[in-house]
Amino acid sequence: MTMKKRNLLLSIIAVIVLFGVANFVQLEMDAYIRRIVNLCMIYAIIGLSMNITNGFVGQFALGQAGFMAVGAYVVGIFTVPVAMRPGVFYATPMNPAIINIYMPLGVALIVGGLLAALIAFVIGTPVLRLRGDYLAIATLGFSEIIRIVITNASSITNGALGIKNIPPLNDVRIIFLATLITFILITLLINSSYGRAFKAIREDEIAAEAMGIDLFYHKNLAFMISAFFAGIGGGLYGALLGTVDPKNFLFTLTYNFLLIIVLGGMGSITGSMLGAVIVTAGLEYLRVFDEPLELFGMAIPLFRPGFRMVMFSVLLMFCVLFWRKGIMGTEEFTWDKFVNFCKHPLAYFTKKGAHAE
Amino acid sequence: MNVLKTNSITMQFGGVIAVNELAIDVNEHEIVALIGPNGAGKTTAFNMITGVYKPTSGTVQYTDVQGNQIDITGKKPSDIAKLGIARTFQNIRLFKELSVYENVMIAKHLHLKANFLAATLHLPGYNKEQAEAEASVEKLLKSVNLWELRNEKASALPYGQQRHLEIVRALATEPRLLLLDEPAAGMNPKETEELTAFIRQIRDQYNLTIFLIEHHMDLVMEISDRIYVLDFGMTIAQGDPQSIQNNQRVITAYLGEDEDA
Repeated sequence: MTMKKRNLLLSIIAVIVLFGVANFVQLEMDAYIRRIVNLCMIYAIIGLSMNITNGFVGQFALGQAGFMAVGAYVVGIFTVPVAMRPGVFYATPMNPAIINIYMPLGVALIVGGLLAALIAFVIGTPVLRLRGDYLAIATLGFSEIIRIVITNASSITNGALGIKNIPPLNDVRIIFLATLITFILITLLINSSYGRAFKAIREDEIAAEAMGIDLFYHKNLAFMISAFFAGIGGGLYGALLGTVDPKNFLFTLTYNFLLIIVLGGMGSITGSMLGAVIVTAGLEYLRVFDEPLELFGMAIPLFRPGFRMVMFSVLLMFCVLFWRKGIMGTEEFTWDKFVNFCKHPLAYFTKKGAHAE
Repeated sequence: MNVLKTNSITMQFGGVIAVNELAIDVNEHEIVALIGPNGAGKTTAFNMITGVYKPTSGTVQYTDVQGNQIDITGKKPSDIAKLGIARTFQNIRLFKELSVYENVMIAKHLHLKANFLAATLHLPGYNKEQAEAEASVEKLLKSVNLWELRNEKASALPYGQQRHLEIVRALATEPRLLLLDEPAAGMNPKETEELTAFIRQIRDQYNLTIFLIEHHMDLVMEISDRIYVLDFGMTIAQGDPQSIQNNQRVITAYLGEDEDA
């Protein structure tokens, strides 16, 4: 009990400290840093959502970009002030049924998440009967279908022109709170009986079924929860950018999150958070490789725009080679481990070394 | 009163008839064995009973605690498990990367009434159910001496313990009928003896009916009330252990025919 209390206390302190950091970033840092921090947190939300299906239920689903698009468009359509809408929808007038519906950002986020979950339910019913690569291809396909429907439903989504003038969300603290809530909810879910059922499906579907776990129900449930948080993340993404455009949600976007969860560790919540920070910040700070470089008066030919992606790929390959299960594997960061580490930092490494053999 | 009754169930895979018109019944509190040479269709019979396969023809009937006769032919495995039929697998199917404790806790999920929202938010109703499940798992694990090993990964247990754990996990679903698919596979005589005692013990303690597949004849002959013998999908004999041991067709199926005879 005392351990539990101590851990709760440490968690609260950590949250307060992190909120302080968020506050500091918001007030003291320039727009560029703020943007990166915001993006890290939004990517963490979507990485977490993707980890539910891919890491915990073990279903290789690649539909995250589509569900993000749903969330982002709900935010885009309903948070633009009514007065500005004719200006945004100048090519095709907005559908009169929705032209006067305005939602504040918080409501739009939830609606976007729920709509994404509903679409996940519709998609999941046929698709979740597939396994492995087939499931991946089918979900990828549906993600593209969502994007193409959005591109063509001009009177609702403004088609290929995208929606501009979304009131920008420029507050690190709000996105921090959204991330925190997502993190807490997903942690609670995974530590509940349902989370255990998800893991059982990942470990052995046949045995899980024999233990009374309805595969279809639980897979669909996980898929919907995943879509819900992807929708929320997508909504925040749209609000952060201030514009949404179908091209933002190409299926290649999903690979960013796949990267995050593979790097962080499939089936690790804290791993996804870590992965999101590394991938987002990594892609930004590797920009030095995109700049021309001169050494001893000679221009190094490789340093040109796009080279950072090569470097990033190389780093990833190393990572996958040496940490096959990602940084965290299926482990989680816990305060118990942290305290042990602080008490005996050396023992931790030797034990870890012995464990690896 | 029978707990399980199959009415001429047949399983056909293309041109192969894996199980042909199998008719068994298992009475309450009985231990019934299904034996036969490799490929006789024993596991296929289990898979039909537990819903992994839908029989090509025939029906499976199960009688629940209240005495209701339920047709479970072709029901989903998860629904069959919820009705009170638990099973183990020939090639151990534990949740390998999860702890012993989690393995057994997962078996409690089918009794959970709280929905996922109540579970996520850890509402009082869910917490109460969970506390009960935890208490019952603790009691179960202590009674089978696995409590000390609760934090070990299932895959880290020695082979015999893994077999043991699989039975315990099945027990945690609080079944009425337990199907054991070769529980003694790969065990030495001493372990087999312990297992025999264990099966008897859980039968009495949890008031179970047990239907098992086994190749260890010592175990089968000692423990079974009745035996069914399958060969190439056909039921070639049934009866008490004594009569099976002396049955000429059974001996032929296992040892082959003497060419001179």
